[in-house]
Amino acid sequence: MSENKPLENDVIIRLEHLSKSFSGKKVLDDINLDIRRGEFVTFLGPSGCGKTTTLRTIAGFNAADEGRVIMDGEDISALPPHLRPLNTVFQRYALFPHLDVYDNIAFGLKLKGVDSEEIDRRVRKMLKLVSMTDYEDRDVESLSGGQQQRVAIARALVNYPKVLLLDEPLAALDLKMRKDMQIELKEMHRKLGITFIYVTHDQEEALTLSDRIVVMSEGRIQQIGTPMDIYNEPQNSFVADFIGESNILNGTMIADREVSFIGHDFKCVDEGFGENVPVDVVVRPEDIYIMNKLEGAQFTAVVKSCTFKGVHYEMFVDTDSHNELMIQDYNAFEVGSTVGLIIRPEDIQVMKKERVENTFAGELVDSTHVSILGEEFECAPVSGIDEGTEVEVRAAFDRIDLLDHAEDGVTGGTVYMILYKGDHYHLTIRTDSDEFVYVDTNDVWDKGDIVGINILPQDLIVTARNGKEE
Amino acid sequence: MKKIISQIYIWILLILLYSPLVFIAVFSFTEAKTLGNWTGFSMNLYRSLFTGNVSGGATLMDACRNTILIALAAAAVSTLLGTVSAIGIFNLKGRRKQTIQFLNNIPMLNPDIITGVSLFLLFVFLHISQGFLTVVLAHITFCTPYVVLNVMPKLSQMNPNIYEAALDLGATPMQAFWKVLVPQLRPGMLSGFILAFTMSLDDFAVTFFTRGTVGLETLSTYIYADARKGGLTPELRPLMTIIFLVVLVSLLFINLRNNRAAQKS
Repeated sequence: MSENKPLENDVIIRLEHLSKSFSGKKVLDDINLDIRRGEFVTFLGPSGCGKTTTLRTIAGFNAADEGRVIMDGEDISALPPHLRPLNTVFQRYALFPHLDVYDNIAFGLKLKGVDSEEIDRRVRKMLKLVSMTDYEDRDVESLSGGQQQRVAIARALVNYPKVLLLDEPLAALDLKMRKDMQIELKEMHRKLGITFIYVTHDQEEALTLSDRIVVMSEGRIQQIGTPMDIYNEPQNSFVADFIGESNILNGTMIADREVSFIGHDFKCVDEGFGENVPVDVVVRPEDIYIMNKLEGAQFTAVVKSCTFKGVHYEMFVDTDSHNELMIQDYNAFEVGSTVGLIIRPEDIQVMKKERVENTFAGELVDSTHVSILGEEFECAPVSGIDEGTEVEVRAAFDRIDLLDHAEDGVTGGTVYMILYKGDHYHLTIRTDSDEFVYVDTNDVWDKGDIVGINILPQDLIVTARNGKEE
Repeated sequence: MKKIISQIYIWILLILLYSPLVFIAVFSFTEAKTLGNWTGFSMNLYRSLFTGNVSGGATLMDACRNTILIALAAAAVSTLLGTVSAIGIFNLKGRRKQTIQFLNNIPMLNPDIITGVSLFLLFVFLHISQGFLTVVLAHITFCTPYVVLNVMPKLSQMNPNIYEAALDLGATPMQAFWKVLVPQLRPGMLSGFILAFTMSLDDFAVTFFTRGTVGLETLSTYIYADARKGGLTPELRPLMTIIFLVVLVSLLFINLRNNRAAQKS
C-alpha cells in the first residue's frame, strides 16, 4: 500500500529497528515506523506493551540498545534530550511548582535567550490557545488537573516544536474533562499543523484522535493503520480483542471466500488462505443481524441475557452449535426466545492464526525427559535423538493443565491475556522463564492469576530441531 | 486526675530541661567570679565580653569566631555535597541503593570519639598538617550524611518527571539542576544546612582530635581547657545566654514561618 510508504522528505521521524531490554526483559522488539509531517499518530496498547518506552526513546530520555531514531533525515539517537527539537507533555503534567503559570510557559524561551517582548507575545498567544488567559499569575498547584494539563500543553507548544510528544496526557482527568480535552487537542493539532505523537491505553481515545494508530503488545507493533482499518480489519486476535468489542472464534477457511465457524459455513470476502486452513474469525457484535423469524436465517440461537446500554441493547446468545456470541442491536429480544441470525460476508474478518499449537525450544536430557521453559518435563520415550541435543517440543493448546498453585506444577506462570472464543477460553500464560504458553480451557481464570503448568508425558511431541546447524 | 498527673509530668520535664539554662542566664547578670555567688545585678560581664576586656584575653573571642567560621564552611560544603549525593542515591536502584543508604547511616551512628580518632590517624598517615582546614574537613565528613537524610524525602515527594521536563524544554543537565531541582529541594537543603551548622557548632570530640597542635580553639575546646584550668571564665555565662537566645529566636521564627506556610495551603 502506498499509505505505508510515504515519500522520503515527507517523513519527520523514522524509527529503525529499535530494541531495548530492561534487566533482561525485552520491552521493545525491533520497532520500525515512519511518521509523516503533520500527522497525529497514536501508540496504543495495554500497560507494559512498550508504548511509553518508544515515546521516551524518541524524546531522548532513554537510549535504545539497538536501532536508530531519525528526524528529518538526521540520526538523533545520540543527541541528549535538551538538544532535540521536540517537546513533551507528561502524564502527570510535571509543571514546576515553584513557578507561576506564566513562568512555567516561559521556561523554555528564557533558556533559549529569547528577548522578553517576544516571550511575552508568545506566552500570551499560548495562554489564549489553551483558554487560560486570566491565569498567568496563578500558582500552578492551585489549578485543577485539567487546567494544569492546559499549562503543560502551552509550555510545550510555546517552543514551536517540530513534533509534540504526549504521554497519556488525559489519563488523570475525569471522563467529561477528558472528552472536552480530546476535542481541543484535535482542534489544536488541526490549527498548528505540528506532528503529534500520542500514547494511550484508551482505545476510544485513540480512535477519536488519530490519523494513524500503532497498536503495540509485548514490545512489538501488532498493526499500523487508520482508525477505520484497525477497527474493521484487525490483523490478529490481539488487535481485534483490544479495539472495541468483538466475537473472536476459531474457524476453518474451506476455500477462497468460504469460511466455516460455529458449526456453519459462511460466505466471506477473504481469499488466499488456502483450503482447510485453521483461522481466527472476528465478528463485531453490531454486525450480527438478529430477528424473530427463523426462516431466511443462517443459524439460530437462544437469547441468554439482554442488557440496555444507553443507545443499544447488548445480548448474549447461545447458538445452535453451543457457542456464545455477543450481539448489539437497537431492539431488545426476549430472554429465552429463539432468534434467527445473519452475518454478511463483508462483516466477517478472517485472520491468519499466529500459531496452531505451542512450540518450545528445548534440550533432550535423557530418553524420557526434556528441558523446556527452564524446567525438566517428563516425556514419552524418545528414540533416535541423542541426549543433550537441542530439540523442538510441541504441545496442543488443549493438552496443557493449569493448576491453582504455581508450586503444584512443573513450572509456574501468570495469566497474561484472555480471549473468549465462543465456547472456550484461549489464554496466554507468561511463564516464570519469561516465555509464553498458549492454553485452551473451559475453566475461568482471571488476568494476573498465578498458575502452575503441567503437561502429561504423552502430550509432549519431541522432534529433532531441523535448523541449520554448523 | 489523669490530667493533673500529665500536667505535673510535663512541668517536671520542662524544669529539668530548662533550669540549668535559666541558672546560667540569671548568673550572667552578676559579676561574681565563681558561679552560684550573687553579688548584685550588673551588666559588666556583657560589657567586657563585647569590649574584649576578658580575663582570658582575646582567645575567647577567637574561639567564637573560629567556631562560627568552621560551622559555616562545614555546613555550606556538606549541604552541596549532601544534596548531590542524595540525588545520586535516589536514582540508584535495588540493592546498590540499599547498600549506599546503609553506608550513609553508619557515620551518624558511629560514636564521635571513633570518628575523631580515625580522622586523626588518617591525617597523620597522609602527612596532612592539622589545623583549621582539617577541622573543617572533619566536620564536613560527619555533617554530610545528615544533609543526605534531609534532602531524600524532598526527592521522593517530587514529581519524577520534573527534571526530564526541564531537559525537554532545552535546559542542560546543569541548568535543570539549578533552575528546577534546587528550588524543589530547597526546604530539605535548608534544614540540612541548619542541622549541619548546629552539629558542627557543638562538636567537641572530633574537633579535639583534628585541630592539631597549632593552638586552634573552638568554643567547645576553649571551655574544656578553661574548666580544667580551674573555674569557668565568668564571661562564658553571658556568651552562653546569648547563644541560647539566638537559637530560641531562630526556632520561633522558623516555626512561625512553617505555620504560616501550612495555613496558606
